[in-house]
Amino acid sequence: MAEIRIENLHKSFGDFVAVRDSTFEIRNGEFFVMLGPSGCGKTTTLRMIAGLEMPGAGRILLDGEDVTWRRGSERDIAFVFQLFALYPHMNVRQNISFPLRLQNLPRREVRERTERAARMLRIDHLLERPVGGLSSGDRQRVALGRAIVRSAKAFLMDEPLGALDAEFRELMCEELRQLHNRIGATTVYVTHDQIEAMAMADRICVMNQGEVQQIAPPVEVYERPATRFVASFIGSPAMNFLPAVGGLPAGAAEIRIGGGTIRMPRLHEPVDRAEAVLGVRPEHIRLSDRGAVRGRVFGVEYMGTRQLVTVDSEAGRLRVRAPNTVAVDYGDTVGLDFDETRLVVFDPATDRAVRSDFLAGTAPGAGGAHG
Amino acid sequence: MAEIALAGVTRTFGSTAAVDDLTLAVGDGEFVVLLGPTGAGKTTTLRLIAGLERADAGTIAIGGADVTRLPPAARDVSFVFQQYSLYPHYSVYDNLAFPLRAPGRRTDKAAIDRRVREVAALLRIEPKLGNRATQLSGGEMQRVAIGRALVRTPAIYLMDEPLSSLDAKLREDLRVELKRIQRELGATVLYVTHDQLEAMTMADRIGVLAEGKLVQIGTPRDIYERPDSIYVARRLGSPQINLLPLAALNGAASEAPAGATTVGVRPEDVLLRAEGGRRGSIVGVERLGVETVLLVDLDGTPVHLLMESRDSARLGENAGVAIRSGAALWFDAAGNRIATDARHTAREAGHG
Repeated sequence: MAEIRIENLHKSFGDFVAVRDSTFEIRNGEFFVMLGPSGCGKTTTLRMIAGLEMPGAGRILLDGEDVTWRRGSERDIAFVFQLFALYPHMNVRQNISFPLRLQNLPRREVRERTERAARMLRIDHLLERPVGGLSSGDRQRVALGRAIVRSAKAFLMDEPLGALDAEFRELMCEELRQLHNRIGATTVYVTHDQIEAMAMADRICVMNQGEVQQIAPPVEVYERPATRFVASFIGSPAMNFLPAVGGLPAGAAEIRIGGGTIRMPRLHEPVDRAEAVLGVRPEHIRLSDRGAVRGRVFGVEYMGTRQLVTVDSEAGRLRVRAPNTVAVDYGDTVGLDFDETRLVVFDPATDRAVRSDFLAGTAPGAGGAHG
Repeated sequence: MAEIALAGVTRTFGSTAAVDDLTLAVGDGEFVVLLGPTGAGKTTTLRLIAGLERADAGTIAIGGADVTRLPPAARDVSFVFQQYSLYPHYSVYDNLAFPLRAPGRRTDKAAIDRRVREVAALLRIEPKLGNRATQLSGGEMQRVAIGRALVRTPAIYLMDEPLSSLDAKLREDLRVELKRIQRELGATVLYVTHDQLEAMTMADRIGVLAEGKLVQIGTPRDIYERPDSIYVARRLGSPQINLLPLAALNGAASEAPAGATTVGVRPEDVLLRAEGGRRGSIVGVERLGVETVLLVDLDGTPVHLLMESRDSARLGENAGVAIRSGAALWFDAAGNRIATDARHTAREAGHG
């Protein structure tokens, strides 16, 4: 088991800065997910941790030991690529034990460790089967077995579920997290899929254009995004962004949106530009006749117990997540009531979230979502 | 716009029936989504209607006219394919105008220009009108492909997973736009997807396909709340519906109608910390933002729960689990639902 420290890590390819001066720590036993769009630097960071890529500057410490210039094979780290690659001519046991046999370990140890890994993945009944006839789920488990059998200090995974269809990905996410709960190995997992990240991570590191935007537990990243990028990348449908009218002094607890004024968590710093941006999640808006902002229904989408209502408001188009018991139809005029405890204001000059009672966690009800 | 009527349509490839005795009616101005996994016969159905495949048996009518033996060009159908097929050497403008300029159409230049700009605005590709198709991103190309279908007003639109190659944000936007456009045009649309969210949010009715057969058709709400079979129940809902043996939860065995062997319960209808509920331990907590998914282990039977994120739940916690009253769906040994009338009213009352 291990903790990984990244200090001022930097990497360029020609003029392109892939990773810009990153510093963070991955805790011992943590499931750490690096999330971002393609080209954000997440895979490059992972490859530098693995030793597959050399940094331009900075240090990587594994359990306090500087491994920055050490070869990948000397780092005691298991790297899991797309999970599907199995040796077709070997059976399950031979596939899983392959990395151990390469190390010339005693046969008895190889057998014991292979069987332990198989039990952990609940495929011990398949050990003598050829991999050809396995279901895709079991193939995935065998590939995973080959990674965990090494009992490395840390597991690095690069979009391992990327090739799977949605239904199966959901299942494998859960299994991976369950596996992590059982073995507790430090895991760094790279994905561009925010749902995977939310489902599995202890903490998510959101990256964009080579820079770390925020590192926090999933709920925190979702509810208290540090930047507008984080707010828009996490959550489906995305957070609504509405332009405010007028600037905001420090201490402001109201904001003008369209024709209405709404209450919000008290700001700790001012927004000097006139166009502050209000961020509000679709589930934090209610359709209500008393709402301060008005709009017209553009679309209604059924989603089981919920519905997603798209409204063209005085402040622009936004989405509301409502129970499906609320009767609403295309063209209806509706009022919008905002949950005043959960609003976030962004500074348009920096795209950073403005510090407030809510972001600082001092607002009433602000801690409500944390169990 | 026109209605579509398929009667007993069959199409076999070798020894497998890709479409098997399919009877389906799409009303004038209706948006019907065909949902099913790969190989269910969705795309073949569209291709049969478009005339790109020949039916081995059955008839296909568009707007009341039998088109079964007509060539594609005579069917007045617009088809949007999953893989955008643009003319790479043409500009976006010319790609959009192409269907209107086809010989015999005789649309005047000003009318073409107006229509192209209208559609480009609708799909938010106006700034790209002068670009060559090869200078577009994948998402932009697909919007042009959709736009090319929208510029003309055919009898019906057929769409084969048109949004599947787009990123999540754009898909969200286009879902609601496409539905809006369809309503405004009063267009008849038959749309194929394996994405349940697209099906639920856009369809007037969803047709669920399995191995070339239509196994159920109804409004999204019907399909979600009153699925005819386990197969249909598994097609909608994320996380998937829990399918449990009757003994897994307290009381289920005594409430079950005769013949029931499986109880189906949606994750949002499983209650945590229920009095008299079956005890189990929480082995998984996924905080997805707006909602939290729990995995509870009931003596070896895994059960998923979907809760508001404000509710708290801890890994390892031992809690009672029960089904929301009236929310159970009962299935027999063959996987067919045994109808009871309690469910609908319970759901209406259960969510305020």
